[in-house]
Amino acid sequence: MNNYELMVIFTPVLSEDDYKAAQKKYLAFVKDNGGSVVHDKPWGLKSLAYPIRKKTTGLYWVLEYRALSDFNEKLDIQILRDESILRSMVTRLDKYAVEYNTKKRSGVPTGTEKVEA
Amino acid sequence: MAKANEIKYLTAIKLEKRAKKFCRFKKYGIRYVDYKDAEFLKKFLNEQGKLLPRRITGNSLKYQRKVAEAIKKARQMALLPYVADLLK
Repeated sequence: MNNYELMVIFTPVLSEDDYKAAQKKYLAFVKDNGGSVVHDKPWGLKSLAYPIRKKTTGLYWVLEYRALSDFNEKLDIQILRDESILRSMVTRLDKYAVEYNTKKRSGVPTGTEKVEA
Repeated sequence: MAKANEIKYLTAIKLEKRAKKFCRFKKYGIRYVDYKDAEFLKKFLNEQGKLLPRRITGNSLKYQRKVAEAIKKARQMALLPYVADLLK
């Protein structure tokens, strides 16, 4: 059971409830395949740094979950099939990353604030 | 008329000592560079959005690589631009 983090950009034309429905679909998909969701955080509409597929804004969604190593392949197939997704990225989290995320959520300062330019 | 190089100073000119660079990750104990935190990563980019070299950021090799990898992930997910003018 490894820790993974999925970040997904949906097309901005997606309505609010489609956005929520897509999130539920993937949450259920993770749970069905024996994974467990640690935390999911919809960022909502954000402007992209450069246009993707002629769109300059996107609905971001970040999902942190624990799953078996062969699960991601199935997840990718689902994501490729879903055409409302502009771009997605799955990253593996090592123990420092998991600790960073839990600290970030619980408001404990992670040291990046102290860093000046 | 004393020429410039003939002027002898009583005391040696004190060269302005540049502040000693340190690796901020070691100093503040940051162990993971988050690719989602665009504001923090912008500190390591110049105006055109290009990666700053280690001799300027003062990072140690291990953390410079982590920063570079995080920035490339952020660029992939359109959090940071590949090329930009007046990024800051």
